[in-house]
Amino acid sequence: MGALNHAEPMAVPVPPIRRRVAGALLGFGSLAVVSILAAPLAGSTPVDFVRAWDPSIPFHRNVDAQIFFIARLPRVLAAALVGSALAAAGVVFQALLRNPLATPFTLGVSAGAALGAMLAITAGVSFGIGPLGSVPLASFAGSLAAVGIVYALATARHRGFSTNVMLLAGVTLNSFFSAIILFLQYLADMTQTMRTVRWLMGDLDVASYGPLLAAAPLVAVALGAFAWLARALNLLALGPEQAEARGVDSLRAQRVAFISASLATGAAVSVGGPVGFIGIVVPHLVRLIVGADHRILLPAASLFGASFLIGCDLVSRTVMAPLELPVGIVTAMIGGPFFLWLLISRGGGSAR
Amino acid sequence: MKSVCRGPGLPLGACCFAWALLGLAAAITAAGAQPAPARRVVSLVPAVTEMLFAIGAGPQVVGVSSYDREPADVERLPRVGALLDPDLERIFTLAPDLVVVYGSQDELRQQLDRAGVPAFLYRHGGLAGIFDTIVRLGGRTGRTVEAAAVIRQVQADLDDVRRRVSARAPARVLLVFGRDPDSLRNVYASGGVGFLHDVLVLAGGTNVLADVGREGLQISAEQILARRPDVILELRAEGGPDGADALRAWRTLTAVPAVKSGRVHALVGSDLVVPGPRIARAAERIARVLHPEAW
Repeated sequence: MGALNHAEPMAVPVPPIRRRVAGALLGFGSLAVVSILAAPLAGSTPVDFVRAWDPSIPFHRNVDAQIFFIARLPRVLAAALVGSALAAAGVVFQALLRNPLATPFTLGVSAGAALGAMLAITAGVSFGIGPLGSVPLASFAGSLAAVGIVYALATARHRGFSTNVMLLAGVTLNSFFSAIILFLQYLADMTQTMRTVRWLMGDLDVASYGPLLAAAPLVAVALGAFAWLARALNLLALGPEQAEARGVDSLRAQRVAFISASLATGAAVSVGGPVGFIGIVVPHLVRLIVGADHRILLPAASLFGASFLIGCDLVSRTVMAPLELPVGIVTAMIGGPFFLWLLISRGGGSAR
Repeated sequence: MKSVCRGPGLPLGACCFAWALLGLAAAITAAGAQPAPARRVVSLVPAVTEMLFAIGAGPQVVGVSSYDREPADVERLPRVGALLDPDLERIFTLAPDLVVVYGSQDELRQQLDRAGVPAFLYRHGGLAGIFDTIVRLGGRTGRTVEAAAVIRQVQADLDDVRRRVSARAPARVLLVFGRDPDSLRNVYASGGVGFLHDVLVLAGGTNVLADVGREGLQISAEQILARRPDVILELRAEGGPDGADALRAWRTLTAVPAVKSGRVHALVGSDLVVPGPRIARAAERIARVLHPEAW
């Protein structure tokens, strides 16, 4: 992480942490608020906003209001939720694994979620609960299963918590689940296979608030845990032993970090599918701007992640309208080249 | 031949005439796409299998794809893989003299070519493509007469549907052929090309996505609301609950005319998704939903 991080702030006298946190919150916070307010104004169809906000027209007959409140607003909020959860989880996983290339999907959470979603789609059975469809439920269950397996393996034969075992277990689980997914796709009929492939590209067209209300508390809990972890993550970046020496209960911090980041990832994937690149591009970009101190980095990344995914989804729903351009393709097309540029221009800083 | 010509009593002119006739016959055979009728046909395309059986070439079919279900006779036939995984070895074991391949199966076609096995190329097209394919199949299997009869019958049935609905105002329809269970996510609908679109128009409907030049597309909630279909028709090849419960997810979009007036319907059956000889039945089922008063 080194070269990426202590870029500029070392030379000049650093302002007190509170002022820097406040500054980051103000900057990235206003960007996020503007994104949330502005994005629903644009879409694939023209909307009469006066009509949409006219209370004299009953909602059940008001097409403009339904486009705004059912189709667009939940979609923008879903992008905000998913973007902030994945970006913050990315920061946490990078600190936890002490690896700048870690993403929220490195440890198999997304593969588990994908396997769950595949099963729900190919089975075609509906076991939804209330506002929650079977696909999000199954994907969340799948991510929990993957997290459970990785956690059990990482703690099994070590008194502590081996991040190396965790990394290897996660990567192996990823490819194992991917193989099962391919097998299911191979057996499924053509249209189902198409839809499972589509799910992997990410999709934020939730068309209701139910999935958001279900995922938001989980993400909120995780973000709360991240806030509590911020200082410990700074020290864990130096290594668990160093952190212990500075009075951090590394074992507990690592456990909380792993579980909360996995929870946030699972919730985000159940809402929008495994939208790639957010969890790696946003943390690195924000780190360039605000530095590596997790007390600033975490809130800044989660706010910027929200704005970034709102923007990508805006592209996804308008650029080929009435066709949708899957949002995972947009994030990869913007994020991929950007990340490569970052890698080159920073002299391979990401390679430690 | 030469010896005959040299023989006594046969004038040179007659000989030349015979030669010319022979040459003509040879030319017709060579150019005329009319080799000997195929006796052992392997079909990798379910829609074409149905057509083969419909024109009476069923006994000539010796192998089908792993997705074939119709007609019931295919159950006893060997399976040779499908679009993505054709099993060349099993195909050759069946010693076919004609293999029906999908247009995108280039590799398989080249392999058949090298082995000298003729391939019958097929691609899904509109309604016209079905008739065109049946005619071509009739030619290749020696069932020209039967093929013409099948086409006449299907045309007549389609005309009957067309006649019944022609006087009625067309309904604006969203034709859905897939979505996530119990939610409005991942909704796939028919665009303005392909046989489903053609059948819908014939059955007295207007496709609300007619301007999209694709067979199918994923459609967002915003587009569903903005396009305001009068009828939403979900087609499923098989399975799935058929009742109102399955359509509950649509109720959130109350501003859509189809939802407001309760005209959201599900139709289940492979005849609805296979562009084959059962197409007239599909057209009638769709027309009965769009214009129930016409029957």
